[in-house]
Amino acid sequence: MLGRKVYNKPLIYLDNAATTQKPLTVIEAIRDVYMKYNGNIHRGVHIVSDIASEAFEDARENVRSFINAAKKEEIVFTSGATASINCVAYSFGERFVREGDEIVISTLEHHANIVPWQMMCERKGALLRVIPVDDNGKIIFDDYLKLLSDRTRIVAVTQVSNALGVILPVKDIIEAAHEMEIPVLVDGAQGIQHGMVDVRSLDCDFYVFSGHKIYGPAGTGVLYGKEKWLEELPPCQGGGDMIKNVTFEKTTYADLPFKFEAGTMNYPGIIALAKALDYISDMGREEIAQREKLLLSYATARLGAIKRLKIYGVAEEKIPTISFLLKNIHQYDTGMILDKMGIAVRTGTHCAQPVMDRFDVEGTVRVSMCFYNTIEEIDLLGNGIETVISMFS
Amino acid sequence: MTVNEIQDSIIEEFSLFEDWMDKYNLLIDMARELPVIDPKYKTKDYLIEGCQSKVWLYPGFSGGIVTFTADSDAIITRGIIALLLKVLSGRTPDEIISSELYFIDRIGLRQNLSPTRSNGLYSMIRQIRLYAMAYKAKSE
Repeated sequence: MLGRKVYNKPLIYLDNAATTQKPLTVIEAIRDVYMKYNGNIHRGVHIVSDIASEAFEDARENVRSFINAAKKEEIVFTSGATASINCVAYSFGERFVREGDEIVISTLEHHANIVPWQMMCERKGALLRVIPVDDNGKIIFDDYLKLLSDRTRIVAVTQVSNALGVILPVKDIIEAAHEMEIPVLVDGAQGIQHGMVDVRSLDCDFYVFSGHKIYGPAGTGVLYGKEKWLEELPPCQGGGDMIKNVTFEKTTYADLPFKFEAGTMNYPGIIALAKALDYISDMGREEIAQREKLLLSYATARLGAIKRLKIYGVAEEKIPTISFLLKNIHQYDTGMILDKMGIAVRTGTHCAQPVMDRFDVEGTVRVSMCFYNTIEEIDLLGNGIETVISMFS
Repeated sequence: MTVNEIQDSIIEEFSLFEDWMDKYNLLIDMARELPVIDPKYKTKDYLIEGCQSKVWLYPGFSGGIVTFTADSDAIITRGIIALLLKVLSGRTPDEIISSELYFIDRIGLRQNLSPTRSNGLYSMIRQIRLYAMAYKAKSE
């Protein structure tokens, strides 16, 4: 995929925050399942079902160790970060949220960490409170502290702004919330692929991420929850494989984590996701972070040197993502022309309209890099942007 | 020229260029030919909202002919609208309603057309047809 050509030019893929390309081991793992041991997990008495179930549970152990969760039972598989958040918002809302209660999120959230809470608030008559950000795209911590009260039921924040690339101080956010015994959900969709995530050291109550953004298959995701919370929450979906006993009068639910895994999971995807995590561990997460840091600082300098280019989100702590606009050139025009040069970037609101509103723009151009990008590609991007400027002036 | 004759001439013009950058340069040139909407009509009423770029479209009807002026905040979109209006503005309602727009696909701009792309173009064509139908009903 990364070696392919588009419009007769080599593809330069700089849309990794949207989705990442897949290592061969991941692609082969999916093929392997369907070619060699495709049987529905946790169900059959037969050998292929057994092999698939074992690989699936191995994947769970793999994820546990990758994020350093205490127990396998705390790892729930889903279809993605969006599904994970929806599950918590629904179940947590049913169990703990009453009229007049408050949920705290930040201005930097992806719509996936806004809308599920909004839906729950509407259902329960609760209120959504939003942590503001400053002109650099950093949350205003003092204002966050002021939002916390005895009405706050849960804090749900992203680890990294998907639109700006700015990293949030989630550890401090969690500590402050815990002082008031408020649980915290961390949306790790843009965080986990760029560095170490240790849910025990973070002490977050929930952590969610999507497989496809960390070099795994689309349609896979993880919901980590501390056991005490997962035990207390009701299931978010009913169906097969999540029950102990079903009669028409009363159904009892299965133990963790199966209580939250209704229906047939995307087991080939999950098994392949484990391969993606292996791939990253083999490369070394510290090495990846170092390499990405280098790409970010080079790209920030290269793009920053272009007159008429303004970068949005200028914190010290960032993932290798740069959001920018060219003066008097619409982001859509920039993106379309870069595309014709073989450079894939994202334009628009990045599913984070409140962030765009905060900076009073209708959208930006987002360049999101990861370890397989190169300095040469950034140079070509820089040249490409300069061509765009000359075409439109 | 008929609707299809104009479409064919646009296709021919674009076929002169092989490189995509040249095609888009041509599109940027075309943007200048857009019959631009009077700024006073750049209001919510005439806005066809897309996810990526805004499009305003203002219709007129006299002597059995429908005309349009328009604008967009993105130049490439403006170029595509200019092409669209070249084909569909100054036509009878029947010509607009019965037209089959094949040129967008043939000059390779189909990626701008899909409804999920939501750059307003798809909604714009629908809007042009709706106006034509309304004028037709009015004049009958």
